[in-house]
Amino acid sequence: MDAKDILGLPKNSFPALEKKSRPHKESHRKPDGISREVYALTGGVPPLMPSLDSSQLKKKPPSHEKITWQWLPFTNSARKDNLQLYHWVRVVNGVPPTGDYSFAKYNKSVDVVKYTDEEYDKYLTDPMWTKEETNQLFDLCQRFDLRFIIIADRFPSSRTVEELKDRYYSVSRAILIARASSTGDVATHPLVKEPYNVSQEIERKRALSMVLSQTRQQERRDEEVLVEAKRIAELRMPAKAVEESQLAPSNAGAEVTGRAVPGETASPSNAQLPSITFPDNASTLASLRILRVYLRTYALDQMVQATSSSAGPRTVKRIEQTLLDLGVNLKPRVPTKAVCAEHLELRKEMLTLLNLQKQVQYKEAEGSPFRDGSYNEAPGTPKDWTFIPDTMNFGGERVSKKDQKRKGHGHPSSSAHKRPRKKASEF
Amino acid sequence: MSQPLPLKRQGEHHPDDGASPIKPSRLKIALSSEDSDKKNANKRLKDVEICVPIVYGTTAFYLGRKASESQSHKWTVYVRGASNEDLGVVIKRVVFQLHPSFNNPTRVVESPPFELSECGWGEFEIAITLHFHSDVCDKQLDLYHHLKLYPEEESGPQSTKKPVVVESYDEIVFPEPSEGFLARVQNHPAVVVPRLPAGLNLPSPVPIETGNGKERGDTKDHPLTQWFLNFSEADELLKLAAARQQVQAHIVKLRRQLSLVEGMPQLSKPPSTYES
Repeated sequence: MDAKDILGLPKNSFPALEKKSRPHKESHRKPDGISREVYALTGGVPPLMPSLDSSQLKKKPPSHEKITWQWLPFTNSARKDNLQLYHWVRVVNGVPPTGDYSFAKYNKSVDVVKYTDEEYDKYLTDPMWTKEETNQLFDLCQRFDLRFIIIADRFPSSRTVEELKDRYYSVSRAILIARASSTGDVATHPLVKEPYNVSQEIERKRALSMVLSQTRQQERRDEEVLVEAKRIAELRMPAKAVEESQLAPSNAGAEVTGRAVPGETASPSNAQLPSITFPDNASTLASLRILRVYLRTYALDQMVQATSSSAGPRTVKRIEQTLLDLGVNLKPRVPTKAVCAEHLELRKEMLTLLNLQKQVQYKEAEGSPFRDGSYNEAPGTPKDWTFIPDTMNFGGERVSKKDQKRKGHGHPSSSAHKRPRKKASEF
Repeated sequence: MSQPLPLKRQGEHHPDDGASPIKPSRLKIALSSEDSDKKNANKRLKDVEICVPIVYGTTAFYLGRKASESQSHKWTVYVRGASNEDLGVVIKRVVFQLHPSFNNPTRVVESPPFELSECGWGEFEIAITLHFHSDVCDKQLDLYHHLKLYPEEESGPQSTKKPVVVESYDEIVFPEPSEGFLARVQNHPAVVVPRLPAGLNLPSPVPIETGNGKERGDTKDHPLTQWFLNFSEADELLKLAAARQQVQAHIVKLRRQLSLVEGMPQLSKPPSTYES
């Protein structure tokens, strides 16, 4: 009973159509390499749903047959009570359709084992269960198609779902084995191969419920612990490698090269230190001391890298640009100890300066949304306005306002109030 | 070193004298003073950093009329002390690795002045490996230098008189030198030794073998000396100091600005639209 029925179209025409349209469809497959949506933009493949062929829709119902629809009673073999209901039936030439109610085939049920009393006495006795209880259980299983939650609910004496399941499965298993002509026959039956494990089930369900009922905080903590564990595992791996390499004599093949071309880490013992440790000055010095000999330029390069490790690439570029603007070589021409020290200090000071600039920017931007004074705030917090004269000649007058109590409030307004600070020529 | 000697004398004088309190350990030290010298020679000093300023680079002359297709320039690659001192006290030999198109591209120079001259037409990167004396360091150090033959400005025909000189200044740093090394070089002009900690007793210096010790290893009177570049740290220091001053001044200003913004919550200011 589908659309075709209602329209009166013949059902059998579809298979024939399928064969014709399949080769048709194959040539219409979308080419590989571009996504479906992109190909659709170009017109692409027509939709894959087998649509009704439009020519078919215009067809008239076959005229040689006389179709009527009648309101007729029917019976359902799935019902046990011979109830007669009525429904519309498509009658062809006065002959109503034969056959069972089309939905009767969906009435499936579970095959629950049925045991005789002798079998019970022989194989199925259990100290925890009376015969009566077992019978009740099996009756409920039959009625409710092994829906144990309902069975547990309906069970007269209170037993947990796991207990009921356990009893049911062990009984079924015992019967199966008993009835089998030889043990080999049933050895592959899932009941025999993997018996129901009560304790495991209880544990599993408990764990699941714990996970389900975890608060968000616990979730976060668990994640942190996992991440920490992962990190420690990663740390352990290179540390192990370092241990193994340090056992080998230090001279063996480990060549220390201090390259005049900067930017390359030299000794392999340095490279094997876990990369997770953040390079700072102290550790860079320590790693330099491990090398028996190095070039001053190499040392300076390492220290510069250590100090700019906390800064992003854009900041580093700005520092370099500023250095050039001030007439300082990015790599000192005469790298003596004093010169290198000064150079390093200069870079550090520039980093500080840039960070301070950013801070000032943020503070100013924070204050500016309240420029109008029309902002309504929660009662009880006084508004404070301070005007700060511009002490730096960064071009133009800037006025910044800061509301002390407003720290957590909203985001600093964006582009309109940001100072263009990209050019180091502001110096 | 003077200290072992008095000990020795004491040891010799007082073996039977029970009155003078000589610890047996002292005797031991006295007798094995030479051994302890050797042991001390290998001991490493943690707080002393020895530094050897060097300059390395190339000088290239255009051969002019004598130039041919394959040999248009005569160039010299070298490693010299920054003040033209003899580096042989630290460096045992230098290996120059040339372009494979040269015969025997691995050239070893066993004695100072550490230089190598060749003729050629092409520019390439030369790998310079410094090998130190055994008491200095057993690891070698690599330097790289790009040989430049052609001058920056294309000012007509190249001069045969004026070479193209490219030099780089650097300093070899020995962070934990052995006492023996320190003893040997502490007064040598090629080596910069910082102020030694008080009470440091260095063993007597053991002279190292030099290849052909007769010829001078310094480059003070070298044919190429007139072309050597000058490297003075004073200029750079001045520039750096000036830059630092500027940056520091800006930092101070910004800090003041920041503290003004942050530190003044209750200052009431009477703007026209504000109602307290």
